[in-house]
Amino acid sequence: MKHDIHLTVNGDRHHIAVDPRRTLNEVLREDLNLTGTKLGCGSGDCGACTVMVDGRAVSSCLTLAVEVDGSDILTIEGLAPSGEKLHPIQAAFVEKGAVQCGFCTPGMAMSAAYLLSQNPCPDEREIREGLSGNLCRCTGYTKIVAAIQSAAEHMQGGSEGDEGR
Amino acid sequence: MNIAPFEYHAPRTIEEAVALLNNGGKKAFAMAGGTDLLIKARQKIVRPAIVVALKKIKGLNRIAVDEDQGLTIGATALLSEVAAHPLILERYPAVAEAAAGTANVQIRNMGTVVGNLCNASPSADNAPTLVAMEACLHIAGPDGSRTLPLQDFFKGPGLTALNTAEIVTAVQVPPPPPNAGTSYRSLSARGAVDCAAVCVAAMVIVNNKRLQKVRLCVGACASTPVRTPQAETLLAGKTLSEKRLAAAADQASRETLPISDVRASSAYRRRVVSVLVRRAVVRAVERAQPSNTA
Repeated sequence: MKHDIHLTVNGDRHHIAVDPRRTLNEVLREDLNLTGTKLGCGSGDCGACTVMVDGRAVSSCLTLAVEVDGSDILTIEGLAPSGEKLHPIQAAFVEKGAVQCGFCTPGMAMSAAYLLSQNPCPDEREIREGLSGNLCRCTGYTKIVAAIQSAAEHMQGGSEGDEGR
Repeated sequence: MNIAPFEYHAPRTIEEAVALLNNGGKKAFAMAGGTDLLIKARQKIVRPAIVVALKKIKGLNRIAVDEDQGLTIGATALLSEVAAHPLILERYPAVAEAAAGTANVQIRNMGTVVGNLCNASPSADNAPTLVAMEACLHIAGPDGSRTLPLQDFFKGPGLTALNTAEIVTAVQVPPPPPNAGTSYRSLSARGAVDCAAVCVAAMVIVNNKRLQKVRLCVGACASTPVRTPQAETLLAGKTLSEKRLAAAADQASRETLPISDVRASSAYRRRVVSVLVRRAVVRAVERAQPSNTA
């Protein structure tokens, strides 16, 4: 039996009928065409599918859509609300060269956004802990960590950047 | 999707949840965060025909810290909430340590302490501390409610003392006695993110530099988390010396029965038990005598 659910995704309200087996990842990617959120391991290990549900970073591959009925969801597509100007985290990833193949990047950016929402000026250890649920298989994490440090500084300065929602 | 169809229910009360589980029998599964259940369903380790989600039950996510009742963690309280709770950090630091050491950021925002216990993995991060602190479980079922010492809950990998249609509604930790200290230490390949290859909790009560009471619990080194009573006996009633600690740590290692698997070999695990017991006891003793540290 399908269940009627309401989701607010990046500010837009959606009313969807879902089979209870469908994950939030499937609904975002297949029903809403929000393919910025990736599917990696499907077991909560790699973090490529990270989105925010009611302000908390979660693995969308292990979240049943029916379980987040009524929730407010933020994906990588909604990180920069204007859709034109990049969020400071995205801008910092570009500036610091923190993107290689890019597959892990949306998840990294969402984990970074969650980390900075909890801890606006993390030190390097805290950043690495905050990213411990996100894997990058291209190479290391040095530039990703540098980008998040830079984004944190920018957001602290805070006058010009979009601060997310 | 890769999962056989199931009915999904999100009852509002514990009674409804128990009734749904009771009707569904062995094919009905309670779900808290779902991080274990969904993976097991995809891997066909379990084949749920009915999933009873506990999230919508009011008050089940409660975390309460009380002078008399101690610490109560409701079935749907998130690992991240327990890890960051100011009163748990202050009065039950090892409970917070274990929750913070479970999986990764995302999973801690979905999974629960009680779910980690009910999944009954021998390496469950939250089990050793709670066993060492003599926690008990509140269980609701078709025949009413009961309490069970956590130590008697684990029956093997994935196996618990829960009967059909029973739900663990909370885990309760008694208030720490005066001069008590606890600590949790784990080791795994990918830092805290990975399943623990070995994890150890220690609780001590220190009086006049003497270890009045010692409780040790080792995870991931037997089919369930295990106490190591002979190692505890080597320390209880004694002052802490390097030699005694080494002897107790080695004894604890002999009281475990680790297997070799992808995470570590049996021989390595035995060695690590000894190391982690030393570290956990030393830290627990420091916490029991806060004035002597710093």
